[in-house]
Amino acid sequence: MNVVVLGATRGMGRAVARQLARRGDRLFLLGRDQDQLARSAADLEVRGARGRVAYAPCDLADPESFGAVLEAADTELGGFDTFVLTAASFGTQDALEADHDVARRLLTVNLANTISLCEQVRERLMSRGGGTLCVFSSVAGDRGRKPVGIYGASKAGLSHYLEALDHKYRAAGLVTITVKPGFVRTSMTQGLPEPPFAGEPEEVAKIVVKGIDAGTPVVYAPHIWGVVMSAIKLLPRWLMRRVDF
Amino acid sequence: MLPVWGRVGTEGQETRDENLEALTKGAILSRGLGRSYGDSSLPPSSHPVAVNTTLSDRILSFDHDTGLLTAEAGLSLYDLNWTFLPQLWFTPVSPGTQYVTLGGMVASDIHGKNHHVAGTFGRHVQSLKMRLADNSIVTCSRRELPDLFLATLGGMGLTGHILEVTFRMVQVPTAWIWQETERIGNIDKYLVALRESAVDWPMTVGWIDCLSVGAAMGRGILMKGRWAEPDEAPARAPRARPQITFPVELPSGFLGRPLVKTFNTLFFHQHRRRARRGCIHPEPYFYPLDTVHHWNRMYGRKGFAQYQCVLPAAGMPDNARRFLDVLTSLGGASFLSVIKDCGAEGDGILSFPMPGISVALDIPMGDDTQHIVDRLNEFVIDEGGRIYLSKDALTRAEHYRAMDPRVDRFLEIRRKYDPDLRIRSAQSVRLFGDPG
Repeated sequence: MNVVVLGATRGMGRAVARQLARRGDRLFLLGRDQDQLARSAADLEVRGARGRVAYAPCDLADPESFGAVLEAADTELGGFDTFVLTAASFGTQDALEADHDVARRLLTVNLANTISLCEQVRERLMSRGGGTLCVFSSVAGDRGRKPVGIYGASKAGLSHYLEALDHKYRAAGLVTITVKPGFVRTSMTQGLPEPPFAGEPEEVAKIVVKGIDAGTPVVYAPHIWGVVMSAIKLLPRWLMRRVDF
Repeated sequence: MLPVWGRVGTEGQETRDENLEALTKGAILSRGLGRSYGDSSLPPSSHPVAVNTTLSDRILSFDHDTGLLTAEAGLSLYDLNWTFLPQLWFTPVSPGTQYVTLGGMVASDIHGKNHHVAGTFGRHVQSLKMRLADNSIVTCSRRELPDLFLATLGGMGLTGHILEVTFRMVQVPTAWIWQETERIGNIDKYLVALRESAVDWPMTVGWIDCLSVGAAMGRGILMKGRWAEPDEAPARAPRARPQITFPVELPSGFLGRPLVKTFNTLFFHQHRRRARRGCIHPEPYFYPLDTVHHWNRMYGRKGFAQYQCVLPAAGMPDNARRFLDVLTSLGGASFLSVIKDCGAEGDGILSFPMPGISVALDIPMGDDTQHIVDRLNEFVIDEGGRIYLSKDALTRAEHYRAMDPRVDRFLEIRRKYDPDLRIRSAQSVRLFGDPG
């Protein structure tokens, strides 16, 4: 596969990129920090990625840059067939309630700008008959919950868009995969109280790559979170008001 | 809670990030996978925050012609092994667990079953990138800042934060091990066999029953190994084996002397008199204890102290026998103790091994553990030996100073690069009197 990964320098994105490198896929990396991109590219080359791993700086907060970096990726890979997007902003509910600007920026990055990027990827993939778009949303978007109200809203909106995209374009060749990780031990979640069933990025990555290969429209990772969220979605509102998760 | 392998952790926090350079700015201690047994990876109680390096684990370059590899300090040996072993490259020196990081391997200047031929890991390290106490970032090697470099090999992370390690991997003929094991009746015969096997075998180690007494004192099983040749090994590459997890924390004190004695006796007798030989998977050879994840839970909440010392070659074999006498008289019950001959001293200033015999044993933590460690340390001082800081939790400052005169040189270099002793650990507070 010829894969572009946005978010490959950190956490689950890094783990997914390593899984793909190990089996010899070609990779192009996008991320915010040039030095971190260079380090991750070197790492993926040593771990087995096919050919040179090139990269370009890309910030989800800067939608003006999307066109140029997608063009660079297409040029380097001779046309990418798979796009994996793991990058996002995160903030605790307390932090986001305390600062409206931070909350607005998070919603812009995680929802408006992410959808804008996905749209440009869709156009490119559809222009050559399809491909795979794999985007990390979150279990936080499955139900309105106290600790992740604003972050969860951004992910709920994103999941909604991705589902519609899959319904509309799958028959025409565009496979859309929505990944919903539960609590995963990454630098993003450090310091947060750890719930049961916390997962490791490598575990998530294996599930995600399997999902990409199979074209699974919704991937919960670790798998147990699919069961957990099914149960949470069934809880009545009066109970959700009383619990803190 | 910050855990250590001996289970005597401390209250504290870790900070984690993929960008280790940014993370270590202003930090006072780095730690990796927390596999050192004592308090060397724990921050002092006055500043209970340590950098966890494990998210900084990228391989930055590898030269297939020379084996030279540069990686971030948090890369685990497990990851290194299973990335490179299928390509027939392996670490030049491996400790007894693969759940350690490169930074930890340097800070402990780890040794392995091939110490008598390969020395410590530090011998194979070409350069280190470090963040120092003044927040500058430097590269050191045997040519560039050599005092810093040599003080960092085995320096327990006290000279600065190790960011990147450049070292030389070795090529192996196959990814499998050819092993021969034999049962040996007592410590004297065991030491002779260990010395003789070192001539022909690049890797040797053994387990002895330190609870056997009389003519059978120190009986054990000697394991000799080398990388298998292609005509001896399966054609397929070995794969990482799944671990089983020790499911519960046993009550402290469960491993009393009768149980340990029974286990040691059974272990000795399960090996027949005749030598065994054959080709085996590298994991059970290098890392037998890794098979059981969280095996340290069997020591319960109180945990255990691992005691490892090296006794000089000049006193062998008498010093090893007398060490076992002292241990027996103190009532120290240990599961099979690991015993291994050491080759030349490493050039790391505080590097542990010296020519002689290394003995490692586990002592359940109890009321008399400090007493046992004190008495063993007094014996080691009298014999001219030393202890391994990566295992140590209980040694007294005056004992450590008495057994290792190199410490003055180490502290001099450390003060040169860190006059305020800002980078420190709970162990350096205990042993070197650093600010708590």
